[in-house]
Amino acid sequence: MSEDLDSLFQALADPTRRAIVERLSRGPASVSDLARPFHMSLPAVVQHLAVLEAAGVVASEKAGRVRTCRIEPAALSRAEQWIHERRTAWEQRLDRLGAYLAANPKSDPGEPT
Amino acid sequence: MTDRSVVHAMFRIERTYPVPPARVFAAWASLEEKARWFDGPEGFECYERSMDFRTGGAERLWGKHPGGRVSDFRAHYFEVIPDARIIYGYDMHVDGTRISVSLATVEFQPEGQGARLVMTEQGAFLDGYDDAGSREEGTGWLLDKLGAVLAA
Repeated sequence: MSEDLDSLFQALADPTRRAIVERLSRGPASVSDLARPFHMSLPAVVQHLAVLEAAGVVASEKAGRVRTCRIEPAALSRAEQWIHERRTAWEQRLDRLGAYLAANPKSDPGEPT
Repeated sequence: MTDRSVVHAMFRIERTYPVPPARVFAAWASLEEKARWFDGPEGFECYERSMDFRTGGAERLWGKHPGGRVSDFRAHYFEVIPDARIIYGYDMHVDGTRISVSLATVEFQPEGQGARLVMTEQGAFLDGYDDAGSREEGTGWLLDKLGAVLAA
C-alpha cells in the first residue's frame, strides 16, 4: 500500500499532472482536449497520462481514434480511504497530544498523577 | 446499504514525547485533558462527551461534523494498566449506521527521559460504507497529505 501511495504522490507532485487531474475531476476529456490548455505536444500529454494511469488516478478508453480519459474514483479503495482517514485522524490527534504535553509538561493541578 | 461485506484493516502509529510515560498516560486518563487533543475536526459540534476511564468503563464522543454528518464513537475499555497500556474496543456510527468496529491498543513505554507511544488499531470496516461526505474527506486527506509532501 505504501508503494501505491508513493506512486500516487509522485504522480500528483507534478503541476501539469495536477492540472490534468483537476480538469478530469470536472468530467471526462479526450487527450487532445487535455493537451489544448497546456500548449503541449500530444506525446508529452500522453506521457503524463501514462504516469497518472500507472498510479491508478486516471483511466482511459479508446473508441475509434479518440482516447477518452476520466478520473479513476477507485484510486483509493474504500478500505484504504477508511484506514487513511482513521490513521490521519490519529496522527493529527497524537501530534496535538504532543503539543499539549509540550505546553503542559506537568499534570494539571488537581489531576491525580 | 443492503450489501453486506466486511474489510479488515490494521494500522500502527508511533510517537515519542519528551515527558515520562506517566505524564502521557495522564493525558488519556482525564476527560478534561483528553478533550484538549482528542476531538472531532475543526467546527465539530459536540452533543455528548463522556468517559469512565477504568477497566470495564466506557467512553462516548457524539457530535455533528461541519459537513452535517453525525458521528458517534462508543468505546469500551477492556484493559487499563496505569502508565503502561490501554486496550479498548469501539464502534463508529455515522448518521445512525454502524460503519466500523475496532480494537485499539495503546502502549506507553519509557524511552530515554521521555516516552514512546505505540497506537495499534485493528478494525472491521462494514458494508462498504460510502457516501459523498466520506469520499470528500478522503480526497481532502489526499490533498492535505500532498500539500505536506510538497511543503517538505
